[in-house]
Amino acid sequence: MELGSLQRRYIDFTTALFREGFLDNQYTQLQQLQDESNPEFVLEVVTLFFEDSEKLLDELSRTLDQQVVDYKKVDAHVHQLKGSSASIGAQRVKNVCMAFRNFCEERNQEGCLRCLQQVRQEYFLVKSKLETLFRLEKQILAAGGSVPVLW
Amino acid sequence: MAVDAEAQFHVLAVDDSLMDRKLIERLLKTSSFQVTTVDSGSKALEVLGLSEDQTSPSAVSPEHNEIEVNLVITDYCMPGMTGYDLLKKIKGSSSLKDIPVVVMSSENVPSRINRCLEGGAEEFFLKPVQLSDMKRLRPHILKGRSKDQQLQREENSNTIIISSGGSKRKAMDEEPSPERTRLRFSTGSLTIL
Repeated sequence: MELGSLQRRYIDFTTALFREGFLDNQYTQLQQLQDESNPEFVLEVVTLFFEDSEKLLDELSRTLDQQVVDYKKVDAHVHQLKGSSASIGAQRVKNVCMAFRNFCEERNQEGCLRCLQQVRQEYFLVKSKLETLFRLEKQILAAGGSVPVLW
Repeated sequence: MAVDAEAQFHVLAVDDSLMDRKLIERLLKTSSFQVTTVDSGSKALEVLGLSEDQTSPSAVSPEHNEIEVNLVITDYCMPGMTGYDLLKKIKGSSSLKDIPVVVMSSENVPSRINRCLEGGAEEFFLKPVQLSDMKRLRPHILKGRSKDQQLQREENSNTIIISSGGSKRKAMDEEPSPERTRLRFSTGSLTIL
C-alpha cells in the first residue's frame, strides 16, 4: 500500500481507538516518552503489559475455579491487572477491572466469573487493536515515511 | 559551593512491577535524573547502605559502596516490605532521614495518603505517574540541599538571620544567645531550630 494511504489509515484507526474508548490519554503519555534514543519504548511497555496480563488472566481462571474461592487472591490479581492496564491507557480493560473488584468485595462468584469473561474479551480486543497499530507503524516506516503524530 | 540547578540528581525508584519500573525510569530519565531501579524495599535499603535490621549504615568492607541518592520514589503496595515500611526505615535512620521520599499508589485512599505524609513522605503520587509529576520532585531535593548550605553559613557567621527563600537579610547584629536560637522562614512555614 502506498505511504499516503498507510498514513491515512493509521490516523483513522488511531482516532477510532480513542473515540471508542479502547485507549485513553495515558497511551498518549507513553508515545510522548518515546524518542530517537528510545524508539521502541511504547512497544516494549505494551509487550510487558501483554505478558503480565495473560499470566494474570490464567491465574484468575485458576483461582476462581477452586472449590473454595480465595477472594483476597482474586482481588490482588485484579488490582494488578487494573494497575497495568491503567499504565498503558487500556481504558476498557481498566473499567471492567473496577467492576470486577466490587464483585470480589461482595464475594460474588457469578459476578466475578462474568467479569473474568468480560475482561478477557476486552483484553484480547485491545491486544489485537494494538498489534494492528504497531503493524501499521512498521509498514509506514518501511515505506520510508514517518508515523503521524496525533498529539 | 553554590547549588547547581542543572546538577544531575540521583533518584532511587522502587516498584515490584517490571512495567512500572520501566515507566518510572523513562519518566525520570526524560526529566534529566540519574536513575536506579530496584524491585523491593529490601533491595532499596541495600542500595542506601542499610540492611533491614539496622538503623545506620554498617562500617563494613570498602567494596561496599553506597551510591549517593537524592530522592527515593516508591510504590506503596509491594509484597514483603511495603512502601510505607520502607519510608519508616529511611526516616528512622539517622543518616538517611533527610533523603526526600515520595510514595506512589494506584489507589486513592485518603487514610493511606495521610499515613504516608505523616510518616514523613514529601508527596504522594497517584499512578499512573505522568511527566508533569516529575516537576514536583526537584523542589524537594533542592529544599533539602539549600537547607544544609544555609545551616553551614549560619554556623560560620554566628548571627541571627531571618531569611525567606533565596534572599537573605541580616536582621540584627547581636551577640548570639547561649542557645543560639535561629529563626528561618522557608516557603510559608516558620522553622525554629
